[in-house]
This record gives sequence, structure tokens and C-alpha cells, in this order.
Amino acid sequence: MAIVRLNKGFDINLVGAIQGDEIAFTSPARSVAVVPDDFHGVIPRMEKKEGEHVTAGEPLYHDKNDEAIKVVSPVSGTVKEVRRGERRHIDAIIIAPADDRQVVKHNLGGNALETLVASGLWVMMRQRPYDVVPSTSVRPRDVFVTAFDSAPLAPDLDVVLGDKRQYISKGIEVLGGLTDGKVYIGVRKGQSIDAPGAVVTTFDGPHPAGNAGVQAANIAPVNKGDVVWTLDIVTLARIGELFTTGTVSHDTVVAIDGEMVQEPRYVKTVMGADLETVLKNELTNVAASRIISGNVLTGVKVEKEGWLRAPYRHVTIIPENSKPDEFMGWASINPNRFSIYRTFTTWLRGLKKPVSLDSRIKGGERAIVRTGEYDAMLPMDIYSEFLIKAIISGDIDKMEQLGIYEVAPEDFALAEFADTSKLELQRIVREGLDKLRAEMS
Amino acid sequence: MNKIEPSFRPGGKLAKLESVFDGMKTFLFTPNTTSRSGVHIHDGNDLKRTMITVVAALVPALLFGMYNIGYQHYLAIGQSTTGWFTMFLYGLLALLPVIVVSYAVGLGIEFICAQIHHKEIQEGFLVTGILIPLIVPINTPLWMTAVATAFAVIFAKEIFGGTGMNIFNVALITRAFLFFSYPSRMSGDEAFVKIDSALGMGGGTVTDAFTGATPLGQVATTVGDQLQMTNVLGEPISCMDAFIGLIPGSPGETSMIAILIGAAILLLTGIASWRIMCSVFVGGLGMAALVHALPSTVYPASLLDPVTQLCLGGFAFGAVFMATDPVTGARTKVGQYIYGLLIGIFAILIRVYNSGYPEGMMLAILLMNAFAPLIDHCVVSFNIKRRARRAAIKQ
Repeated sequence: MAIVRLNKGFDINLVGAIQGDEIAFTSPARSVAVVPDDFHGVIPRMEKKEGEHVTAGEPLYHDKNDEAIKVVSPVSGTVKEVRRGERRHIDAIIIAPADDRQVVKHNLGGNALETLVASGLWVMMRQRPYDVVPSTSVRPRDVFVTAFDSAPLAPDLDVVLGDKRQYISKGIEVLGGLTDGKVYIGVRKGQSIDAPGAVVTTFDGPHPAGNAGVQAANIAPVNKGDVVWTLDIVTLARIGELFTTGTVSHDTVVAIDGEMVQEPRYVKTVMGADLETVLKNELTNVAASRIISGNVLTGVKVEKEGWLRAPYRHVTIIPENSKPDEFMGWASINPNRFSIYRTFTTWLRGLKKPVSLDSRIKGGERAIVRTGEYDAMLPMDIYSEFLIKAIISGDIDKMEQLGIYEVAPEDFALAEFADTSKLELQRIVREGLDKLRAEMS
Repeated sequence: MNKIEPSFRPGGKLAKLESVFDGMKTFLFTPNTTSRSGVHIHDGNDLKRTMITVVAALVPALLFGMYNIGYQHYLAIGQSTTGWFTMFLYGLLALLPVIVVSYAVGLGIEFICAQIHHKEIQEGFLVTGILIPLIVPINTPLWMTAVATAFAVIFAKEIFGGTGMNIFNVALITRAFLFFSYPSRMSGDEAFVKIDSALGMGGGTVTDAFTGATPLGQVATTVGDQLQMTNVLGEPISCMDAFIGLIPGSPGETSMIAILIGAAILLLTGIASWRIMCSVFVGGLGMAALVHALPSTVYPASLLDPVTQLCLGGFAFGAVFMATDPVTGARTKVGQYIYGLLIGIFAILIRVYNSGYPEGMMLAILLMNAFAPLIDHCVVSFNIKRRARRAAIKQ
């Protein structure tokens, strides 16, 4: 088993981590939502109308460009509302769960690709280039599966997996049949996995070591013309389960953690569950909190009436602004004002000690001044600063040459955290990828 | 602050001062803005902190510069027994007007430009504003400093888009402007030692032995192979004097000790690139050794031994505070080594073989500022070629 050591990156040790790996309770859901924005690259065309009944696993909508690609309902119930925003953009599809617990059963005799696409698990995968839901017409060069989440306060994927672990080998078999190359699985140091048929690589290093794209870049980088799929081990196990039992399970284990949580713990619920029910007894001070569906780097800010968002495994709650009107914060010599740089005194107290961070940006947006900040946070063979500049200036040739095919917005999340100039790097990368994709199609 | 805010917003009475108000507000209070998209947490470091740390690193050179102005003054008028505090006070009074002029002109232009573009005031000039008094000879008339600062801020920075967008180091452009526009005031006997009174303090007349040229100036005019640098009274000085810094020169550049303290701060906080800083010294030392190995009386500076060469003039100051400017320097790691080495080499090359410019550092850095993007381009294209090759092998 190969070991890859990554020196770049940083583990932000936030306060509010979960102790132990027990699942505290099972939370029901009063409503469930599917948010089309979670599946970038799929343009929704509704198959169900408001008021219609759906079975768990039955399609809610398909992709405008490829009707085969379905996004399914995680529960059985009634479509309560198709919430639309500006220019009829579908913000969310809200389903009121019923008690009947009907589940769609797939016929496993047919084409594996067709079954996977119809099951709704397809949209849980991503392809590089462009970091979008994979195209069904291209056989991937390789498949990269990450078996751990290295983001701040992220759940242990072994806990999220639970007893689905038994389906991993089936999942590898299925995906192995859909690629001409190999199925690679990236594990963290000390993590054991039984994965016959896959190439297991150990990654020893800080975040973003757990990003499938970072792992791919260090095993077999994506070149121009290549297509690879990336997914996490939980999705892999779900695929294995589908091809073993014929059904997809939509239940999930969610880590609820962060500074503003009563007691950080794991909760079992359903994909897309409403957070009002799940978080009923978990919050300390709703008004002062920011609820993030996902981790603090790549997650989405949601209201307390919001829903669990893909990849349906993490809710972080941090303070919105713990120090309003902080007086001359830039001049602070308090070691508790967190910075990974030695311009502040945090290093005196140790950067690895748990730290409380709120959602303030703590500075104005500036041109890129300091050098090497992004490179230090991205363990890839990429001149990230030059790539970002190429994207900002809209230079498509340069973007290609500098390796935009290898990256996803999430890979730049840590650099965005660390950026002295406070640029929105994830947004910039996303716009670059979208622009390139539009140009290429 | 929140009470008076509305009058500065569009429509308010003082809307023309919006940028200034924002500047003051973000200076006093950390903005309450929280992230709306992207990451939810941010590092505490911002450009204000970064720039202020650089200013802090300049403080030792600044304080020593003040003391040295006084020291040279009282030495020149034959009162070398004056107490250190009086000397410092004289230097303070001499340098203060320059600092005020530099900041007032530079920040004034920045404020106006920020308001025109309805942008926040950016912090770049915090550092430039303190660099200028440190590299401009003390006897430069204030109006010249003001004109040069205005020229540099407008034509070297704002027309490129402001902080972070400039191609040339703004402080060096200020000095270059002075150097080429008023050459007679920038070198020779009268530039570097202030004789007349500073804001009414400590005037006097020079002693008979007075010579105000900097050691490098003296070297450049040496005839024959007997090199002897002297202080303002004509007494010989050694490499050690240059290291401590009690020699004539621009306020910030004379003391190696003060500069090295600044270098330590910059390197410890990780703001300056150690790659650039070290390679400038390596390049300079190598080139100085080379020219010293081929001494020639035609080029008297080649008679200086390499270490003295680096201790004199603005070499160290430039290496630590100017070459390491991330905006105008090379940004790739490999590029930084090349950039630094070439600065060191060119600085000594100009110093030794072009007797018109006894100080080569300013021109070397400006020259390499122009080449930094090219160096980076070459380094990045290696990465591009490697990636293209990788793709080609696959197919």
C-alpha cells in the first residue's frame, strides 16, 4: 500500500468537536428538501408537480441535457412545494414525508450504468474536469474515492458508513466495470479498509488531504482530455448496496458540531431532512449562531428553517460575530486572535490548540500582495496564484495550461481561509470552470 | 462612529469623504462584515496587519537614522561630545518634516484616488511613506520630496490600479525621480549631512576638515590604488563603522545592525521572502568577490573587499526592504532565487563599473522589477510544459 506524504495544507482545529463515535439518537424529519444547486451541472426539468405523490427513490426531476440523469426523492411522501427564486430558478423541492415507507426497487439484471443513473446515486458523484455531475457518455479514465473527510470538525466517515461498510467491495466491482482504468481509494494514516479490487493509497497530511481531487493530483493527475470521477466512500457503499439489494438507502449519519452546539454528536436522519427538527434541542443561542450545512470551508449557510444539504453528513454551527466592533483588531497582540501567520501571536499559544472562530472576514478585499499563500494550502503541482489570475482575467488558454482541469472549488477553500487579500477563491474557481465548460461544449 | 455614518454614505452631506470615513472606520474597528459566500471562517491576518508589521521592521532603521543624522551634524560642526539624546532629538526634528511631507502627499493622493473609484483606501502607502524619508538624502528640499512622492504615487502606482498592481517599487521610483531630476542635490558633499538647524535646533558651521561625501562617493572619486574612506572630519573609517552605521548616508541605509534587526522581524513573521533576501546577499557577495579578484585603479570600487562592499551604501537596506516587496518582485519560488541573485550581481556591477552611479542598488532593483514578470513567466512555463508533456505521454 502506497503512502503519500503531503506537507502543504493546514488543519484548523475548531472548538466543538465530537468526542467518541456513538450515534446519539435518530431524528425524524417533518419535511425533506432536495436543492438542485447541490448537483452542479444538472439543469432541472421537473417530473413531479406540487401535490403529487413520490416514492423514495422515484425521480423528482431530470437533467435538461440528459434525460437519463435523475435526481430522486429521499423519502416517500407528497411534493409539498417547488420553491422558485429569481428567473424561475428552482431553489428547493420540498417533500412532506408519509408513513408508508415505500421504496423504489431497481431491476439489477440490466445495464449497470443505466441502473446507476436512474437510481439518483449518479448525481452524488463528480467528474473532473469542471467538478460537475459526470456525463453519461464518457467512460472515465479512473475513479477516485476518498475514504475520509479532512475538513474542520468533519465527521469520521467510518461512523457515517456504519453497517454499509459491507457493500464497499460490491461498489468497487460496479465502478470498476464502468472505467477502463482503476478504482483508487484514498485513506488517512491509520485507517484500515477492506477493498478488494481497488488501489488503496494512504495519505498522511493535513487538510485538504481528504479531497478526492487532491488525492487524484498526487496519484495520477488529470490531463487535458482526461475525465475522472470523484466520490466519497459513503457514496461508494451506497452504490454497492444498490447493486446488492436493488434499493438505495437514503438514511444518513450527520455530525452536528461547532462552538454553538449544546453537545456535539452524531445523529441519524434522512438525506435532506429539515434542520428545525434535527437541531431542535441542539442549539445554544440561535440568534448569535451561523448554521452551516456542511463544513466551515465548503458548506452552505442555511437558516434554522433550512435543510440538510449534500453530501448530507455534516452540520456546523459557529458564532456569527463573537466580537462586534472589535477595536483595532489588526493591531491585536492577543494570542487568541487566530492567524496561521506569524504576524499575529497565535503561534505563541500553538496553532494546533482548539480555537474559536466566527464568520467575520476580518479585513477588506485587496489585490493579491503576499506570495505563496495559496500554494502553501494546496498540495498539487499547480501555480495556484497564476491560475487564479488567469481565471480573473478570463484567459482560457492560460487556465488550461496552468491545470484548471485538475482542480475544484473545494480545493481552494483552505487558501480562501488563509488569504490575506480576502478574495473569494472558490467563487472565482467555480466561475472559471463554468466558463471553460461553456466554451468547450 | 455608527451615529455619524449616514452622512458619509451616498446622499449624505459628506458623501465625498466616504472612502476616508471607511478608511478611518476599518482602521479603528475590525469590520463586522461576515462572509456571505465561500468559506465561513477567515484567518485574522489582513493587509493592514501585514503592512504595519513591515513598518515595525523599519523602526530600528528609522530610530538609528535619526540618531545618526544628529551624530553626523554635531561631528561636522565640531561638537562631537554632545549627548546622545540631543543628537537624536536633532535628527528627529530633521527627519520629522520629511516623514510628514511624504505621508501627507502620498496618503492625500491615495485618499483622492480611492474616493474617485469609490473604493476602500488601501494600505500600501503605509510602508512606502516611511521608506521614502529613509532613502532620500536628508538635505533634499521638502518640495522636491513632495513632487517626487506625488510623481511616484500617481505614475508608478495609481495608473496601474493602486496597491498590489504596481510594476515598480514606489519608494524607489521616488528616489529615482529625485536622482535623475536633481542630481546635484542627491550626491556630493552637501546631500547627506545636515548642517543647518533643524526646526530651530542646533545650527552651526562646519569645521575646516569637513567632507560630507558618503564612503561610496569617496571611493568613486579615488585616484590611484590607495583606498581610504574617511568620516566627515577626514578621519579614517573601517568596515566596522559601516556595520554599526555612524557614517554619512541616507537616513535608513547606514546601519547594518538596524537593518538586520528589521530583516529578522520580516523573516520571523514570514512577510519577506527569505529566498529573495538571501540570494541578493549571495549574488552581491559573489559579484563583489569577483570584482575584488580583478582589481583595477580605473574602477576604484573594485578595490573594496566584498564584505565592506555590502556594508556600504544602500545595499543591505535595498536587499531587506526593497527587493523583498512581493508586489514588484518575482512571485514563484525558483523565480525568487534568480531575481535576488541578479539584483545582487547588478547592484555591484553598476557600483563598480559605472562610476557615474556610485550607488547601484536602486537601479538594480528597478531593473529587476521590470524583469520579474519575465522570470516568473519562464518558471511558470516550465510547469506548463511539464503538464503538456504529461498529457502527451498518456495519449
